[in-house]
Amino acid sequence: MAKKILSVDDSASVRQMVTFALETAGYETVQAEDGREALALLKTTTVDMIVTDLNMPNLNGIDLIKQVRALPNFKFVPIVLLTTESEDSKKAEGKAAGATGWIVKPFKQDQLLAVVKKLLG
Amino acid sequence: MRDSNAIDPRATDGEAVQVLTLGLGGEIFAIETERVREVLDLIPITRIPNSRPFIKGLINVRGKVITVTDLRVKFGMPPMPPTAESRIVVTEVQVEGVPTLVGALADQVFEATELPSASMEEVPRIGMRWRTEFIRAIGKRGDDFIIIADIDQVFAAADAVH
Amino acid sequence: MAAAVNPADVFRQEAAELLATLETTLLDLEAAPNDKDLVDQAFRSLHTLKGSGAMFGWEALADFTHHVESAFQKVRDGVLTASHDLISLTLASLDHIRVLLERPEQADRVRGDALLAAFADLAGTHAPGVKAAAHARPVAAACQTKVFRIRWRPARDMMAFGGNPLLLLNELRELGPCTVTPIVDRVPPLAEIDPAGCYLGWDVMVTTDKPRSAIDDVFIFVASDSELTIDELAVEDDAGAAPRLGEILVKRGDVAARDIEEELGHQPRLGAMLVQAGKVSGDRVASALGEQKHLREAAKVRETSTAGNTIRVPAERLDNLMDQVGELVIAQARLMQIAGGGSPLLKSIAEDIERLAGELRDTTMSVRMLPIGTLFSRFRRVVHDLSRELGKSVELTMAGEETELDKTVIESLNDPMVHLIRNAMDHGLGTSEQRRGQGKPETGRLHLSAVHSGASVLITISDDGKGLDRVAIRAKAEERGMLQPGQEITDAELFGCIFLPGFSTAATVTSISGRGVGMDVVKRAIDGLRGTIEVSSEPGKGTAITLKLPLTLAIIDGLLVKMADERYIVPLSAVEECVELTSKEDHRSDGRSFLNIRGEIVAFVRLRHLFEVAGAAPKIQKVVIVGIGQSRIGLVVDQVLGQHQTVIKSLSRLHDDQEGFSGATILGDGSVALILDVPHLVKFARERETATRAA
Repeated sequence: MAKKILSVDDSASVRQMVTFALETAGYETVQAEDGREALALLKTTTVDMIVTDLNMPNLNGIDLIKQVRALPNFKFVPIVLLTTESEDSKKAEGKAAGATGWIVKPFKQDQLLAVVKKLLG
Repeated sequence: MRDSNAIDPRATDGEAVQVLTLGLGGEIFAIETERVREVLDLIPITRIPNSRPFIKGLINVRGKVITVTDLRVKFGMPPMPPTAESRIVVTEVQVEGVPTLVGALADQVFEATELPSASMEEVPRIGMRWRTEFIRAIGKRGDDFIIIADIDQVFAAADAVH
Repeated sequence: MAAAVNPADVFRQEAAELLATLETTLLDLEAAPNDKDLVDQAFRSLHTLKGSGAMFGWEALADFTHHVESAFQKVRDGVLTASHDLISLTLASLDHIRVLLERPEQADRVRGDALLAAFADLAGTHAPGVKAAAHARPVAAACQTKVFRIRWRPARDMMAFGGNPLLLLNELRELGPCTVTPIVDRVPPLAEIDPAGCYLGWDVMVTTDKPRSAIDDVFIFVASDSELTIDELAVEDDAGAAPRLGEILVKRGDVAARDIEEELGHQPRLGAMLVQAGKVSGDRVASALGEQKHLREAAKVRETSTAGNTIRVPAERLDNLMDQVGELVIAQARLMQIAGGGSPLLKSIAEDIERLAGELRDTTMSVRMLPIGTLFSRFRRVVHDLSRELGKSVELTMAGEETELDKTVIESLNDPMVHLIRNAMDHGLGTSEQRRGQGKPETGRLHLSAVHSGASVLITISDDGKGLDRVAIRAKAEERGMLQPGQEITDAELFGCIFLPGFSTAATVTSISGRGVGMDVVKRAIDGLRGTIEVSSEPGKGTAITLKLPLTLAIIDGLLVKMADERYIVPLSAVEECVELTSKEDHRSDGRSFLNIRGEIVAFVRLRHLFEVAGAAPKIQKVVIVGIGQSRIGLVVDQVLGQHQTVIKSLSRLHDDQEGFSGATILGDGSVALILDVPHLVKFARERETATRAA
């Protein structure tokens, strides 16, 4: 069965790019527009990996990660944080919150796939 | 490749030409210094049997075999045995389009000098003792005439008779 | 002098080689259309051409090649057969690809489209317009493999953050062969274990051609909170020189050198002893042993890869190297001369240098040698195309392709040989009907062979055609004034006439040969290589033309001879023997220049006369007997001075009209000596002989 990846981003174009790349590579995807919607989604569905933006309305990436790690089902799920270069300190913050890895925006599809492969196998 | 035809001296008006002057059969000849590679004292020349008279033979210049020629023959002067003042002027010429180092025997080598182009005249078509196609221009210094040789023409292989 | 390497140039060269290989493969395939290996080979060449082409900006080439490749995919799949038509079409396409490669701006689109349309007809591949999905293939960086030692202790909570150490180990395995040793020394007693915790560590040895940064990338997300050291290890070129266990343990800082020395006192097994003594844990020794084994393997791989190593060098550098070796040989000769009168020490150094210079000369010359097969294989295409053009069925066979010749000689041989082949196919070999009428197999045979003969290589082009027409040649030669009517000459001399300028006996002028130009051009080219041509022919049986060529153009062994104070070099390859010319013989032979060498009459030439050397000859002169083919002549000299390694310097264009010398060389004392052109002297002597007989 294909592995399922959740893409969380308030930008529709980024979500589109992420899901397109992942689906092309054979992954299943689900989408959420922000952290809050993501958390709601995770109550009803299980995913193998989460790719989340940092800055989002309602619930930002760091807080999303913290809350996800608190969910028993998602303790070991790899979470990738999408950041921009100017937010280097956020990398450490995300890491402390429980992020597994990060990708610096802008990125290309194959960079994304390389990270997914690294963390998901 | 440069134009081997005799230059119109007026075209270079105002510019001086750098030349090396040398003595040949009592006349003063000149070769543009940019064509001169070096001037050698007379060294043993290996004769080439059955060669054309103007080819004196071969010498070794730092590992390169270079042909030595006698310009006297080219200019129709009688050959003369070399003296202590004889020199070999190594020049770079075009032989059938191939850049070639050729040595030319000179009775003496005088100096590297500057000839103001204003002092140069076109080669008169008649009344010359030598073949005019080998001469680019005639310069004047005081009462002396300086014959500026067109060395590409001198060594043009088409002139095989000499 | 070192040319900057431009990736585009690299591709251009690679592509040119691929095209050459492909051509050979196609011609082989034509003979064996069912050979699956050949089909695969052709496909692979096309595929690489396409892939690399797209990557380096040859889009049009990649596009075009894609269609040709598609056709061969079909052949591979068994849908299409490698028919004559397909091969011919593909060969024609190769020519187009060559244009696309070398002069893309001159490529004729219409022709390209026509070729592709023909492919579409033949193979049902997509007609042009469909863009090729040429995917770029990454070119493996040609860097040497390295061995890295990675010691990694992940953070205890790595897995709690969604990390998975196994995935990273797998990533390392993708970089190259790995030796992974787990380190378990931090695993706590069972009661204390946190099931989500990561207690293991790993020592990994990886051999990879990727840079260090590729390894850093693997650990990018965990490096900051893991214990991680990555070291590049030296790989010895010799597997036997891999470091010893003790050395490894000390270098890694696992054991103090003192402890090793202590334990080495008690052999036998160091690792076991150290563990037992509590100096180091068992898994660390296992890891160090892993490293030792890994380094040995890596060294072994390097050894084998070095064995078959080749490097590409611009031909210009080889030419420069040869020139410099030439200079060295000359300088060495001077040194020998000076050392001859010097101290014994100087003499022995000079002798060492003489030996080294000789060896360097031989090595350099061998580097410049190429098998003549590289040239021969080009002619298969020529024969293939010509046999179609002429409507003659011709089988080309070859022998001695491995024979090596100087690359300059090989390059200069192409045109003359093409000419000889064209001539043989046009005039020598008849049509199938003619051959049937003569009771010969319909398919004509053309044979190319090469064989070493002393310091020369003999290249023979033979056919089983009708043979040379003596009567016609004779008539033509007389008509042209090359022969006197009734003049007696040998076959070899008669056949030699066909190489004279303006000679052609062909009744009709064809587009291939027979315009009366060419054979003299062949002769000139071979003369230029200091080679000779011999022709033998039997009516109805065929003709064989043999080219005798020197192995190399740059340096020859020469015999130094002297007349008065002039010295000359006779190429040793032409020298058969040296005999004395006693004054008695000298006098007797005054009017007639013949010698009796063991019953055989040999004409001789007095070089003193020929070269107009002043003065009188010494009482006893020497005769150097030289031979070219069947002809021999004697060269009378004052003295034979001995052998001389001769670096050939060509004479300038000023000497184009000069006959009798093939070049000059520089002697030990720095003076210049001329090298005799033996074939010319033989010709001269033969003319003189003929004239003497006529008189």
